[in-house]
Parts: sequence; C-alpha cells; structure tokens
Amino acid sequence: MIGAGIIGTACARELALAGVRVTLVDRAGAAGATTAHGEGNVLVSDKGPGPELRLAQFSRRLWPEVAGDGTEWQAKGGIVVATTGEGARELTAFAAAQRAAGVRAEPLDPAGLASAEPYLTRDVTAAVHYPDDAQVQPAGAAQALLDAALGEGATLLPGCEVLGAEVSGGRLRAVRTTGGTLTADLFVDAAGPWAGALSRSLGAPIDVRPRRGEILVTTPLPPTVFHKVYDADYVGAVGGDAAELQASAVVESTPAGTVLLGSSRRAAGFDERLQPEILSVIAERALRLFPCLSGVPVMRAYGGFRPYVADHLPIIGPDPRLDGLWHATGHEGAGIGLAPGTARLLTDLITGRTPEVDAAPFRVDRPAVLRRGAA
Amino acid sequence: MTRHVVVIGAGPAGLGAATAAVRAGARVTLLDSADQAGGQYHRMPPDAYEARRPFRICESERCDWWPGAAVWALERRDSGPPRVHVVRGPDADGDGRRRCVLRADALVLAPGAHDRVLPFPGWELPGVVTAGAAQVLAKGERVAVGGRVLVAGTGPFLLPVAASLLDVGAHVLGVLEAGTAGALLRGWTRRPWELTGQAGKGAELAAYAARLARGRVPYRTGRGVVEARGDGRVEEVVTARLRGDWSVVPGSEQVLTVDALCVTHGFTPRLELPVAAGCALLDGFVAVDEDQATSVPGVYAAGEVTGIAGAPAARAEGVVAGWTAGGGTPGRLGATRRRRDEGRAFASRLAAAHPIGRRWAGWLRPDTIVCRCEETDYGTLRDAAASRLDARAVRLGTRAGLGPCQARICGPTLAELLDTNPHHRPIAWPIRLGELANPPAEPKEGT
Ligand SMILES: Cc1cc2nc3c(=O)[nH]c(=O)nc-3n(C[C@H](O)[C@H](O)[C@H](O)COP(=O)(O)OP(=O)(O)OC[C@H]3O[C@@H](n4cnc5c(N)ncnc54)[C@H](O)[C@@H]3O)c2cc1C
Ligand SMILES: Cc1cc2nc3c(=O)[nH]c(=O)nc-3n(C[C@H](O)[C@H](O)[C@H](O)COP(=O)(O)OP(=O)(O)OC[C@H]3O[C@@H](n4cnc5c(N)ncnc54)[C@H](O)[C@@H]3O)c2cc1C
Repeated sequence: MIGAGIIGTACARELALAGVRVTLVDRAGAAGATTAHGEGNVLVSDKGPGPELRLAQFSRRLWPEVAGDGTEWQAKGGIVVATTGEGARELTAFAAAQRAAGVRAEPLDPAGLASAEPYLTRDVTAAVHYPDDAQVQPAGAAQALLDAALGEGATLLPGCEVLGAEVSGGRLRAVRTTGGTLTADLFVDAAGPWAGALSRSLGAPIDVRPRRGEILVTTPLPPTVFHKVYDADYVGAVGGDAAELQASAVVESTPAGTVLLGSSRRAAGFDERLQPEILSVIAERALRLFPCLSGVPVMRAYGGFRPYVADHLPIIGPDPRLDGLWHATGHEGAGIGLAPGTARLLTDLITGRTPEVDAAPFRVDRPAVLRRGAA
Repeated sequence: MTRHVVVIGAGPAGLGAATAAVRAGARVTLLDSADQAGGQYHRMPPDAYEARRPFRICESERCDWWPGAAVWALERRDSGPPRVHVVRGPDADGDGRRRCVLRADALVLAPGAHDRVLPFPGWELPGVVTAGAAQVLAKGERVAVGGRVLVAGTGPFLLPVAASLLDVGAHVLGVLEAGTAGALLRGWTRRPWELTGQAGKGAELAAYAARLARGRVPYRTGRGVVEARGDGRVEEVVTARLRGDWSVVPGSEQVLTVDALCVTHGFTPRLELPVAAGCALLDGFVAVDEDQATSVPGVYAAGEVTGIAGAPAARAEGVVAGWTAGGGTPGRLGATRRRRDEGRAFASRLAAAHPIGRRWAGWLRPDTIVCRCEETDYGTLRDAAASRLDARAVRLGTRAGLGPCQARICGPTLAELLDTNPHHRPIAWPIRLGELANPPAEPKEGT
C-alpha cells in the first residue's frame, strides 16, 4: 500500500481484516498530508444521484462501525440553505432527486430552521436538512484505521518513498524505494494528489491533479453552529471546472469549540503560498450565512491539495496496463467520507468477493484517467 | 523613482532600519502593532514616557509612521518582495480597524522575540508568570507580581527582573539560574575580547548583581524550579539541584513558600512573518548575510529574529538592514557593522552560556500540561509521538498548539517533543471575519 493517508490506512485495515498481508509505506509519517489538511465532512448532501452518491451512501453506512476512539465521529446532520430565488428552485429540485435515490433530505420551514440554527441568517429562501451528514477528525480517523490495520498484522514503513518500478513479463514485481526494494504480489497506489507523479514513476500514468483548498479556523466560541451548514452553491463548486477559483460556504463547529469555515477550490499546482483574497472570499461567503460571526477572530488558515480527476470520480481498481498495480485515489474533496467504502470495494475486487456497489464507474480505463499527457 | 521600504516592527531594530533607509534616500513606511514606537525595551507606562523623547524618525517627512498597525499576512508573489497585509486601527486589537495592503521595493522584518518558558508540573497555576510580564508590571505599573517571589530559569534576564521586583518592594526569595556555574563560565570567558564592545552590557549586569547583593537576594546556579503547587494559585514551589544536562539530582529537592514565581528560559524569535515570507532559518533564527539580507530577494531581517543580543545590537542590525534595503551604497557603515558583529558574538556567547539542558523533559510527569490553551498533557503527547503518525497528525489528534495562542507559548517545546516547525502561522495576527470579508481596495503603493 503506497501512501498512508485516510485511503491507504482504510484500505490496509480492510485488506488485513480479509487476511491479506499488508505493508503500508509512506514517504513521510502516516496521515500528515492531504488527510491532515482538510475537513472531515462525511457527506451525502452534496452529491446528486449517480455512482459517487452510491459509494457515499455505502461508505456512510460503514463509517459508524469503523469509527473508533479518537475519530471524533459526530453524526450531527447537515443543513443546506439557499439565499436566492433561483438557488431555492435548484436546491428543491436537487433534494427531490436525492430523495428518489434514497437520501434523507427533509425540507425545513423557517421556524424549523430557526430552532435548528438560531444564529443563521434569516435571509434564507429554502433549507433542507440531511440527517445523515456526519463528521470525523480526519487525522484521528486515519490513526484509528492504522491502529486497526496494525492490530491485524499489517506493518507500516514511514519515511519510505517509492521511486520506481521493477517490471518483468508485463507485471509489477517490486518497487524501488528510498528504503530498498520491496516485493509484493500487489501494489496499491494510494498516493492522493501525488498519484499522478507516482503512477508516472511506475510507468502507468493516471491523470490525478492537485486542486487547492483553504480553510479558516476561528478562536473557540460558545456553541453557535449546531449542524454542518452549507450554502447551496456548494453543490455547484464540487462539480465545477478545476481552473477558476470557487468558494462556497461550509460552516461547522468542532468539539474544541472552534468554527471551521471552508472552503475554496482552485487549480494552482502544488503552490502553497497563502492568497489573502481567497481567504476574503471564504470569509465573505461564511458571513452571508452567519452574519453574527463578523467580530470573531480567525486564528489560523490552512489548506491542502485535493486529488482531482477531471470527471470527478475516484479511481478504484486494477491498472489495465500493468499487472500487479492497483489504484485507490482521486477522491478530490470527499476522500474522508468515501474512505471506508473505497476500502471495502477495493478489498472485494482484490479478494474476488462481489462488491455491494458497482465498481465499473470507478475503473481505471476511463478517458478522464488515461487521457494523454496525463499530468 | 524613490525606493519604498516597509519596516515591520518599531523596536530598536525597526527604528534603526527606518532611520538608515531614510538616510539612504528611500521613502519608509514603519509599522508596529503597538501604539507607541520603541518595542519591548521601551514598552513602559505612561508616566515613564515623559522621560523619553519621541523617536525622531517617526516625525520624519520621509517616514510614514503607522502605530496600531498589525501585519496579519505576507503574500508571496512570483516576483518582488511579498505584499504586506495590514490591519490598522486606532489600536491593533480594537474595533474599527481597516485593511490595507502595502507594496514595497524592500521589506525589513523586525518583529522581535517573546519570552520562552519551559513547562513543569504546575506551571499553569495563577501566580506563575513570565519574567517579561513581571518586568512590564514592575517597571510599567510599579506593581510587584507578589509579596514573596522567586525568580528562576536561565539567562541574563533573571537579574534585571529581580532588581525591578526589589525596586517595587517585593521580597525576592532568590534568583535560581538553572545553568551550572561551569557552563556559565565557559560561555562567558572563552573569547573575552569579543565582549569589549558590549562592555556596557557587562557593566549593566554588574550593577544588577550589586543591587541583588544589597537586597540580600541569593543568586544560585545549577538550581531550578521543578514543580509549582497550590490550590487554585501557586503557594509553594519545589526547587532542585540540576546537573549540566538539567536532570534533577535526587534528594536535592527543597520546598519554598511563595505567592508568585517568575520564570524565563530565554526568548523565542517571532518567526511567523519570516516563515511566511519564505526566509530560510538557521539554528532557530532567520539566516541573514553581512547586509542582513535573508534568503528571499528584497527581504531583510534585523533584531531578535536573527539572534538574541540586546537592544544595541538589534539597533545596529537594523541600521545595516535599512541602509541596504533603502539602496544605500554597499559596504558603508563600517563602525555599525563592527558593533553588529560584536553584538552577534555576544549573542552566541549568551546562547553558549545559557543553553537549555537536554534533559529538561525529565521534570515532566504524564499529567503535566504542555499546551495550556488546549490542556494537552505530556503523557498524551509522548504516546502520540510514539505512534509514528506524522507530527501534524499528532497535533491535530492531541490539539497541542492549536489553541488561541497558536503555539506561541508551547511551540518550542512541541518542536522538541515532536520535531515540527512551530512557526508556520500564515495568519500572523488574528483578524476578524468581518475585516477579512472586506477586501482592501487595489494594493496601494505606500500610503
Ligand atoms: C481544504 C480541503 C477540505 C477537504 N474537506 C473534506 C471533507 O470535508 N470531507 C472529505 O471527505 N474530504 C475532504 N477533503 C478531501 C480529503 O482530504 C482527501 O480526499 C483525502 O484526504 C485524500 O486522502 P488520500 O489518502 O488519498 O491522500 P493523502 O492523505 O494525501 O495521502 C497520500 C499519502 O501518500 C504519500 N505518498 C505520496 N507519494 C508517495 C511516494 N512516492 N512514496 C510513498 N508515499 C507517497 C504521501 O506522503 C501521503 O501521506 C478536503 C480536502 C481539502 C484540501
Ligand atoms: C522587559 C524587558 C526588558 C529588557 N531590558 C533590556 C535591557 O535592560 N538592556 C538590553 O539591552 N535589552 C533589554 N531587553 C531586550 C531588548 O528589549 C531587546 O533586545 C530589543 O527590544 C530587541 O529589539 P527588536 O527590535 O529586535 O524587537 P522588539 O523590541 O521586540 O520590537 C519588535 C516590535 O515588532 C512589533 N511586531 C511584532 N509582530 C508584529 C506584527 N505582526 N505586526 C506589527 N508589528 C509587529 C512588536 O509590537 C514590537 O514592537 C529587554 C527586554 C524586555 C522584554
């Protein structure tokens, strides 16, 4: 397993539980990359009917059973609000389609909304409650998954970077690493936003690119935000084109009392430099929902690189060009939520069990994944 | 066109930089989050101001002086020095602040340092204060932090603090320097000639020592406070003899009744702005060359962010930085550079004479709080550090360093325990959401 983020640790756990001997390698320590630079929303609300929603629903069912101590699992529910007439029509239609696909999506009237979120703006044109939205503390969740994997006999090699492949007879036999050569029957690429670079170094490039996102953290407050609250534009931003800056408000509180305000989406390579105007946009969006937070100090900003695939679907399955290489990556802004489902699906495919969700939409052999000139 | 130099911090280093940049022909914007210029050294109460004439540079026509202006972010661009994002108010933490952005041809970073305190059991009790806070209270408000006070830690700062406490009527039970006499002597006397230019400092320390002697305050080396106890407030402290590595000599513990304890373990440079600018660090300080240039083109650093050597050295560094940043003829300022070099030599001697003992963590118990904001204890951190998680994941899991002070207090300790960079704080100064949401007009050049 190459990469010990949320995806690598979840997959290691599931494979180890299925009796597979797993070695997890990461060039840094576990859970320090994208998994420690995002939020921990486990969402069904932001996904329209389709394969990603099915994987999300499956994953959401699995989360409570994999969530152990330290994951800060909270099934607090989400509320999506629209603030314009146009937004209200879109949200209402979107929620109806989701209900048809089995999502609990309950319209809230103004009184219901006011009692659910007393500090939210009253300038709301429509609101929908999603009781199944939840959150975890991502790094803690990855640690719990890692501990479970290690408990099942998996091993972790931190500080071990995969540099290249040893291929013979069309099969990946071993990988060269900074810690020597590692042989295995199967290799899983779980390198997150670096999956593009890793797959290139293994000779089987896939097109996964970084999509930068930033988050603001306030000083700890008395309880002010009770659910995960998003503006309806969130839905548009998730699906949108990578290049231009997008930001939609996602507001949530953490058990420590801080409020997290997310998040932006833009293609900027692996450029980590802070851009104040992006933080301004996030703040402005969040204040539209919670004007009362205007005087609250922001004490921190951080950001990470979502592993982005042009068709917005993760990549889960064997590489058709190189036997022995599998991929579990490209989860963009939903890797935390989708981790348990991804791990179960991958394990089912590897061990020959029939998966509970259709794996075909996530196959490697798709135009968006194998397109030429893959970055 | 006239060069525009932005100087961040108006302590001795920043004032020196602004003065020299103006002299070199540049136009300067000098800003500080404080509402008075002068930095740490001059931060004193209103009645003490009378004795001080206003800093002349702040009245210069070529220098725009912005008090109450905090730099909250530095924005790195593809070319040129970073843009300086400021919240400026009547006061740096008050209402009605405005956002502005400054574009400069060169930046001088002079944000100084703050007190460093190592944790020990009970250090979070009320009545345990940093030496800096005690000093400001004594010199500023003429108030002693307590009646029976012990001063402990390491470094030359112990003496002036004890002296100021005596001056405001406190009973100072003693000054405990954790460094052993041997280490102090080795550090101070290896190259005596380096001290010539700092003779003033030596005399200052001697005067403090005399003041303590008059007050019959014992000064002991190789001894430190390893625990503070009390019910809701410090009531007694446990001191112990320390070896060269600061491990405790068993059986040497003594209990003292106190109502306040002042601690200092030196200073931590304020590195968030240099780190945000992308400056390379060396041994925990900003790396600078002969002209105070950092690794980032157009960005200079001066004062305690480059080494702890006292106010005169900080000023000399500032002068060199400002002169170069302002476009002054290279190579000039021989005398100032010599003073600067003597200051640097003094700084490295200070560091040598007052090292932090490697084994200090031996004082800690599993339930000792390390991060006061989030109340993360030592045991939790040690377990998490052993888990082979990435240091960032450990901090998220334990919340150590994630509270309101953003690891400004516990950062150096976390860095030792977890091997992290505690200075990565892209938001260098808290900014309100409402302020952030109102972007400033187009970046302006100068004011
Ligand atoms: C701002 C932001 C907000 C987000 N919010 C959410 C959210 O609310 N909900 C949600 O579900 N998701 C969210 N995400 C997305 C989520 O964080 C990611 O989808 C997820 O963390 C990806 O996990 P991963 O394990 O694939 O990648 P990573 O966590 O990046 O792990 C990949 C690992 O591979 C290692 N690696 C890379 N190359 C090599 C190599 N050559 N050799 C060895 N090791 C290597 C890296 O060191 C790294 O540890 C957010 C992301 C961002 C940036
Ligand atoms: C109580 C006390 C007593 C001292 N007594 C002596 C003494 O007797 N003799 C001696 O030689 N030395 C003494 N020192 C040390 C001396 O003060 C320092 O050596 C000197 O002040 C360092 O100068 P500086 O310019 O580097 O930093 P500072 O004087 O600390 O100035 C830095 C300035 O930068 C500002 N700043 C920081 N961050 C920001 C930001 N983000 N935005 C805007 N502004 C910012 C701060 O407000 C501060 O005013 C004393 C220190 C203290 C704390």
